[in-house]
Amino acid sequence: MSFINYSSREINCKIVYYGPGLCGKTTNLQYVYNRTNPDAKGKMISLATETERTLFFDFLPLSLGEIRGFKTRFHLYTVPGQVFYDASRKLILKGVDGVVFVADSQIERMEANIESVENLRDNLAEQGYDLDKLPYVIQYNKRDLPNVADLNELRSVLNTTNVPDFEAIATKGNGVFDTLKATAKLVLTELKKGG
Amino acid sequence: MAQPQIVMYEEEFNQIQSVCEKLVRDANAIVVFIVDKNGQLIATAGEYENLDTTSLASLTAGNIAATGGMAKVLKENEFATQFHEGEHQNVHIQIVGQRVILVVIFDERSSLGLVRLRVRKANQALNTIFEKLIEKANDPNLSSPLEEITDDDIDNLFND
Repeated sequence: MSFINYSSREINCKIVYYGPGLCGKTTNLQYVYNRTNPDAKGKMISLATETERTLFFDFLPLSLGEIRGFKTRFHLYTVPGQVFYDASRKLILKGVDGVVFVADSQIERMEANIESVENLRDNLAEQGYDLDKLPYVIQYNKRDLPNVADLNELRSVLNTTNVPDFEAIATKGNGVFDTLKATAKLVLTELKKGG
Repeated sequence: MAQPQIVMYEEEFNQIQSVCEKLVRDANAIVVFIVDKNGQLIATAGEYENLDTTSLASLTAGNIAATGGMAKVLKENEFATQFHEGEHQNVHIQIVGQRVILVVIFDERSSLGLVRLRVRKANQALNTIFEKLIEKANDPNLSSPLEEITDDDIDNLFND
């Protein structure tokens, strides 16, 4: 749910990175954080366990520039990927304007990807959202690993609705900004449509 | 969409801002801020220049969301008030009208009793303002500022 402030002339939107455990959601945010001009970003917050697994969420506020005198600000969140943190995942989806699904391209993670997409759909539905009506982008991460599934195979299983999708190597930054830009663009287009 | 978007207009923003400023004075607080339940900062008053209010806003919303989750498990509607006691600073958190969160940060110059008392008053005032705001935002005759935005405007934002 976006927040439009006429007084400070700001548009605030929320993008959530979703996906199975260890697929690279936090890595996406870290890369964006490291490569963004200090003026355009706030502090990145990670609520993680001692072993650096996301416990509740990561948060990164980002400014993208102005549209017709309105500053556009995006709040990027990740969810904890591990299956048993489902209650936390649901909370973070509240008020979401756009979703990035980070898939782990490794063949052995295919099942985890499918399970996570289904979980995303269910959790959104519980909050009254329909994934097919939300700005939604898929990222196939870890393309540099040796045991990855074929892109067409990933597409046919994970992208049945034909949303924008990108190959990525989040640790090196490949595809990270493409994914973010495509999502932000979809969110703003949706806002324009929906008023 | 599950919920309508929040729209803040100048008139209501000024009213909310004055409630916050009054609360800082009346409660002898360091900082008062208002966040919506999704973590968007709405208003800030007091000595907030050296404070990362964006982070605080997001963490407050996360905190309220987690507490709300606990309430649900315990079959409570919500826990409307929270208090965190620190060595030097304390935080009082109050849910207003089930929609926004009022946060007061204070130190030994104030007391929990005083803060509670003043928050109750501010709560009523804020409730009235937010009800009016929601009514206004639902007015179908009001046009959105985003309607005039073109696809080119959006594209230009992403030109490197």
